Amino acid sequence: MKSFSKMAWPYAAWLGAFVVAPMLLILLYAFTKQGNDVLTLNFTLDNFAKFFSDSIFPVVLWRSLTIAFYTTIICILIGYPVAYIVAQMSEKKQAFFILLITLPMWINMLIRTYAWKGLLSYFDFDATFKVMVGMVYNFLPFMILQIHTSLSKLDRNLITAAQDLGANNVQTFLRVTLPLSIPGVISGITLVFLPAVSSFFIPKLLGGGEYVLIGNLVENYFISVGNWNYGSAISLIMALVIILSMFVTKKLDKKVGGEE
Amino acid sequence: MQKLKKFFSSSFVWLVMLFFYLPIFYVMVFSFNESKSLTRFTGFSLKWYQKMFETRTIREAIYYTVVIAVLATVISTVIGTVTAIGLSKSKKILRDVVLQVNDIPMMNPDIVTAIGFMLLFSSLNLEKGFWTILLSHIVFCIPYVILSVMPRLRQLDDNLAEAALDLGCTPIQALTMVIIPQLKSAIISGALIAFTMSFDDFVISFFTSGPGISTIAIYVYSSIKRINPTINALSTIIVLIVTVVLIVVNVVPMIKERKKRVAQ
Repeated sequence: MKSFSKMAWPYAAWLGAFVVAPMLLILLYAFTKQGNDVLTLNFTLDNFAKFFSDSIFPVVLWRSLTIAFYTTIICILIGYPVAYIVAQMSEKKQAFFILLITLPMWINMLIRTYAWKGLLSYFDFDATFKVMVGMVYNFLPFMILQIHTSLSKLDRNLITAAQDLGANNVQTFLRVTLPLSIPGVISGITLVFLPAVSSFFIPKLLGGGEYVLIGNLVENYFISVGNWNYGSAISLIMALVIILSMFVTKKLDKKVGGEE
Repeated sequence: MQKLKKFFSSSFVWLVMLFFYLPIFYVMVFSFNESKSLTRFTGFSLKWYQKMFETRTIREAIYYTVVIAVLATVISTVIGTVTAIGLSKSKKILRDVVLQVNDIPMMNPDIVTAIGFMLLFSSLNLEKGFWTILLSHIVFCIPYVILSVMPRLRQLDDNLAEAALDLGCTPIQALTMVIIPQLKSAIISGALIAFTMSFDDFVISFFTSGPGISTIAIYVYSSIKRINPTINALSTIIVLIVTVVLIVVNVVPMIKERKKRVAQ
């Protein structure tokens, strides 16, 4: 049996080559000058200095964060009631609605976003609104499913107990159901906020050419401009911002979720 | 009062469902539009379907998408399963480190994973194309297989494999005849997730593909700059296939169950 443990070794090497090495390369590119040879590396902080001194980029970063934030809030506001209502239904009805919610997720995100293009062209919404519709549309199912999972795992006896002890419906919800479903909301937030911040094809498809989020900057610098060093620095900043916001969310979770 | 509440709550859910399906139906309807317009329906026609099947790049994109998804699924399922079994018998330190690193592709934004691959392939001087897309897909699919198989492994009874070895099985036989059959359902669900991930991917394929090769998503992305109703036709076909597959996957077990119950 011990000999089976060797079967994990190749994958450890594989992870080093295909997961760790690419991340190190991004780091390396972000901190070096353009036009490196393999042997001569010119380390620099210029890429980061450029990012923060330019008038556009901090604006784009802020815009990406706010649009992802609003998207997440809207997803919670719509997703929580849907998950809650579905969780109250009979088992058969629940399965039906969960299938209805999952089905669009199997259709490529790009095609689903494209589907809004025609429909939105009837209206004269501004770009931010269109992009937000696209994001909510793409990421709302994740939020609903996460919250639904945590609600359906909830022990019914707890609710009965609360009611027996004299709590009314609102009190039961606020003091029993809601706190116990917070973990679902938190993992929903992760699944919505993270792709929303880094998304680049939703703004490109629905926001029109001039609507730029941080993901579009990364795409531009890698695909069109070809300045990989600067693109790496931007994506590093993006990754740091995401990690930081996840950290804050987890901290909030501990505070709200309490003792667990 | 109770009835009214019920009415409002179910209307709210249906409204959200409408939000989910409206754009999809819209695309389906306009795939039969006679004119190029995306806003005015001028008459019924199948010409975009005809055009779609006649366009070689679309046929190739469909072919590559399916081939890459199937190969990535098979390879990542094998590697993921073997690794998971290995990890379950490894020292805790190795297991913890591997599982931590294994999380990176799942936690990272797609675009960061994608540019990581792009930099890696360029520094290895690999020409971007079919093989780089396939390799990237395998890399980001394996973590999901491992994640799906690991919990099931923890529930396995080690004694069964020990018994097989004691009774004269070679380790390979113990693996294929005792351990893997017990993992079957976890392996299948891991493979399903891997297939979905690969089939659905756009970002990573986009950054790792080279000239002359595109998947369905890359084709859609590169051709939406101008109005192109063949994409409506293509989307409609994909939606139909996905719907049929999902209904079959969900309904067949139900029918089987019912038959079983009737038989009893």
